[in-house]
Parts: sequence; structure tokens; C-alpha cells
Amino acid sequence: MKKKTIVTGVIGADVHAVGNKILAYALEQAGYNIVNLGVMVSQEEYIEAALETNADAILVSSLYGHGEIDCNGLREKCDEAGLKNIPLLAGGNLVVGKQEFSEVEKRFLDMGFTKVYPPGTQPETTIEDLKIMLQ
Amino acid sequence: MIYLTADIGSTYTKLAATDSESGSILGTACAFTTIGTDVREGFHAALRKLESAIGELSYDRLICCSSAAGGLKMVALGLVPELTAKAARLAASSAGAKVVKTYSFEISMAEQMEIEKISPDLILLCGGTDGGNREVITSNAKRLCLIKGDFAIIAAGNKSASHELQDIFTSSGKQFVITENVMPEFNKLNIEPARKCIEELFINRIVEAKGLSLLQKMSGYEIIPTPLAVMRACELLSKGAAGESGMGDLMAVDLGGATTDIYSMSEGRPSLENMLPKGLPEPYAKRSVEGDLGMRYSLPSLKEATDIRIISALSDVPADQVEEWLDQCIANPDTVAVEDSPQQRVEEALARVAIEIATERHSGVVESVYTPLGQMFALTGKDLSEVPAVIGIGGALINSKDPVKILAGSKYDSQRFMYAKPRSPKYYLDSKYIFASMGLLSSVDPMLALKILKRELKEI
Repeated sequence: MKKKTIVTGVIGADVHAVGNKILAYALEQAGYNIVNLGVMVSQEEYIEAALETNADAILVSSLYGHGEIDCNGLREKCDEAGLKNIPLLAGGNLVVGKQEFSEVEKRFLDMGFTKVYPPGTQPETTIEDLKIMLQ
Repeated sequence: MIYLTADIGSTYTKLAATDSESGSILGTACAFTTIGTDVREGFHAALRKLESAIGELSYDRLICCSSAAGGLKMVALGLVPELTAKAARLAASSAGAKVVKTYSFEISMAEQMEIEKISPDLILLCGGTDGGNREVITSNAKRLCLIKGDFAIIAAGNKSASHELQDIFTSSGKQFVITENVMPEFNKLNIEPARKCIEELFINRIVEAKGLSLLQKMSGYEIIPTPLAVMRACELLSKGAAGESGMGDLMAVDLGGATTDIYSMSEGRPSLENMLPKGLPEPYAKRSVEGDLGMRYSLPSLKEATDIRIISALSDVPADQVEEWLDQCIANPDTVAVEDSPQQRVEEALARVAIEIATERHSGVVESVYTPLGQMFALTGKDLSEVPAVIGIGGALINSKDPVKILAGSKYDSQRFMYAKPRSPKYYLDSKYIFASMGLLSSVDPMLALKILKRELKEI
């Protein structure tokens, strides 16, 4: 079977590089073709990379608390660019302060994200989800 | 060994004779190019002029380059503007082509007609990483096949689409080559195979079509596009040859009537610690060609790209007089300004502005970003701010009385701080017009070419 391609990166003005590298490594080991955009990635860069590489999913990381602002509108832009129904996953420390995760999750799902992960999620969890999502 | 190099330009055929024993240029001469009848006539006329200056010349080797009959006209197609479309443009430019226009995504009906009107010699078709998007490149291939005209297509996109592309092109009867992807992986540039294909097709098709084959037979060496020869000279001068060091990082500016070419020989790595490179990495030896910036044939578009008031302020000539002069030059491209006239000041201001715009497009762009770790800068393209040398080549610069003023257009401007242009460069001039010749010579005797380049280049 053809390897599935996943675009990864840390969105916005966020420069947290370590988690991004670990996640990209874990996904590669799990048999995915990873297009890792690194840190400080704009919404447009995720979309451009996904277009050229014909990606199967976009995985957005954010650790600095501004994730909600940065992620807003990504689904609409994907629709506009012809990436209809591409799975969008987000995880990390997505919002400021201690907020109930279920509320955060709801807000991200309302923004058009397919799956949202709370802080401290292990890569294995995401890998399991991707396996089902990309069947 | 005596080498004779010939640069067959659209207007002039320029010769240079070099003696490898004394390591010097014996002489240079030029005559009108005679591409309409027999290109050898112009060559012999120039040779007679050369001989009348330096005495009878029996040369051992003849090497030629050409930009006659419009040079190598190309259009480039890719998928995303900042990715494969940019990679396609970089590949075509670095092969010495005049890239008239770059297209991205599936081309529209209007764009398809536009390409037919441009009537390119070659088309570089890219799109998709290997295993990535294949719909766009195949659909663009089909559309290109509907375009009338005698052009060849080089496909350098997603390898997974190569079978389909082969079928599409074969059934259409268009001449084509399929080669390696210019961007096989995301943000990984691989322009060398496409560049080689362009060079080969130039020799196979253009040399024949543009009446250069007779000269090719005389020479025995393959004729290359002139900008490629200049690029080779720049690269040699920057990197050096075995045992002889080069100048290191440099930028060269070639201002002509139809185009403005910028060459940069530099890795272009970020010059600041808190600067983060973004986007497609660009090659060490980069050439960009601006087909809309030129002193004569492209003057209408140059006039559009700038502002009469800027030219007026730079030249200290009233705006209506500037306008009048520009219109006169547009109507009659042979117009030449009288020395020490206000018109000459207008010409210098125009040249400066053309270089300013061309170097802005060539250089990297810096954006300031505020992060929780403080201010950071995102760099797209090459950071050329520490490049120490800018070399002026081409008639408009060599014949100017104040080339420094014109070349200063390439310098960093604090008002337009986002462009990573050289901050404090020294300026040099190719006063004998030998860059193309030395580029040609570099393929047979790089050491000789390098020594002459270093000697003849004058700081101004």
C-alpha cells in the first residue's frame, strides 16, 4: 500500500521545536511519509505543502497558548484551496490558562478540526487515530 | 594557445582574443550581428576589426555563446506559486533562459492563449512532489498540447505522473523530454537535471533554428546561451579554481535594453541569530531575469513599475520632461541621450530604479515576527546583506559616466528594510565586457579565465 503523507508543523509565532521533532519522528517510525514544516508555520504554508505533496492529513501543533487564534479559519482556507475534507488534527497546549478540555475541544471541532488533543497526549494515541482515519 | 570567444548578441557580435601563454587579452572588437542573412558575416566583420587593431590573428580554438534573436525564450509552469512554480522559474533562469512568465495551478483559457502569443522556444512544466499532486501537471500537459507553435516541452514534475505525461505528449506529436522533478520532496530543490535538459535542447533546437549552426560547425564547441556563460564566469570568480582563490560572495547586475539580470553567488544564510529561514531554499548560484525591466524594449513596463516622480526627483529633471523623454524612447528605441544633458540624468535614474526593483525581486524578504521569546525574523529567499561585492556588467553600466550612482540601486535601503540587499558593498565594473568571454573560456581553461577576470575587474 502507498505510504500516507502527513503535513506537520507548529503554527503561528510559536518556536517550540522539540515536541515537533519528536512527533515527526514517531510518525515516520509508524510508517508515514512526513512533510515537517518546523516552527513558525503560517496557515498558508500548511495548505501549500498539502497541495504539492497531495497530503492525506494536516497535523497542527501549538504550545504557546495562542493556538485558538492561529487555527481559526484554517478549515475555510483548506476548502477554498480545494483540500476538501482533509483531516485536520490539532494538539499541544492550545489555549491560555487552565480551561476545561471538553470546551476547548468543542471550540476546535466547531472551527472544522477533525480531532483535538489535550496537553500531554502521547504520539501513540494520534498514530492509532490516524490509522483509523486514513483507512 | 590562442582562444577566440564570440558572443553573438541580438545587436552586436562581440569577439575577444585571449593568449594562454601570456595570460592576457590580446584584444576585443565588435560588429553588427547578421542573424538575418548569415551569422558568419558579422563574425568575420568583427574579426577584421580585431585584426586591424592587433595584427593578423591565427586562433587555435573558437568558443561561442549567443543571445541573438531574443535569446532562449521560455515560460515555466508549476503548482503552488511559492513552491514548484518558483522552482521551475529558478531552473529555467539558471539555464540562461529568458523566462517571460511563470504560471501556477491549472492554467486558465486566457493563460493558455497568452502562452501561444508569447510563442516560447521551450516550456518547462513542473508540479507536485514525487508521489504528490498529479492532477495539475497532467491537466496542464493536455492544455499545452493544444497550443499551436513549434516549442519543446520539458516535464520536470511529479515522477508518478510520468507515464501519463509520456502518453499525452506522444499522442500530441509535440517534442518533449521527461526528466527528474525540480522539487522531488517538499522544499527540496533539484534543478540540475532540468537545467541540463534546457541546455541540451538549446543546442539541438535553438542553434539550428536561429541560424547559428554554421558558426557551431566552425567552432566545434557547443554554443551556449550568453547568460549561462555570464553565470559560469560569476561562479568561477566567486568560488575560484584549483589552487587559485576566488572573490567569495558576490552579486552581479546586467542591465540591458530588454531585461535586467541579477546574479548572486552566495549561500544567502541568515545574517542574524534570531532569523529563521522559511520557504524554498535557493541555490548558491542564482540568476533572476526581469523581462519587464529594461532600458529600451521593456521601457513601457519599467515606466509602469516605477513612478515618474521618483525618476524626476533622482534626476532633478521636471516630471513632464521625464515623461516626454520616456515617450520618445518608447516610440523610437534607438534614441540615445546627448552627453551631459538632462536626458542623460533621466537615463541614469531609470537605470538605477531598474536595478533597485530587480535586486528587490532577487533578494530575500525579511519579516518581523513577535514571539513569546521576543522578536524574531522570518527570511524567505537569500539574505544577501553581507555580500561584499556588486559587479556591473552590460552596456548601460559600462558606458555610463557615473556607474556607482546606478549600481547603488542594488544597495540596502533603510526605507525598504524588508529586502535583504547588500548593506555596504564595494562596486566593480566589467569595463572591457569580458564576463561572457571568460565564462566560455572557463569550460576549457578555468585558471586562465579566473586570472584574467580578477585582473580586469576594476573597483569603482
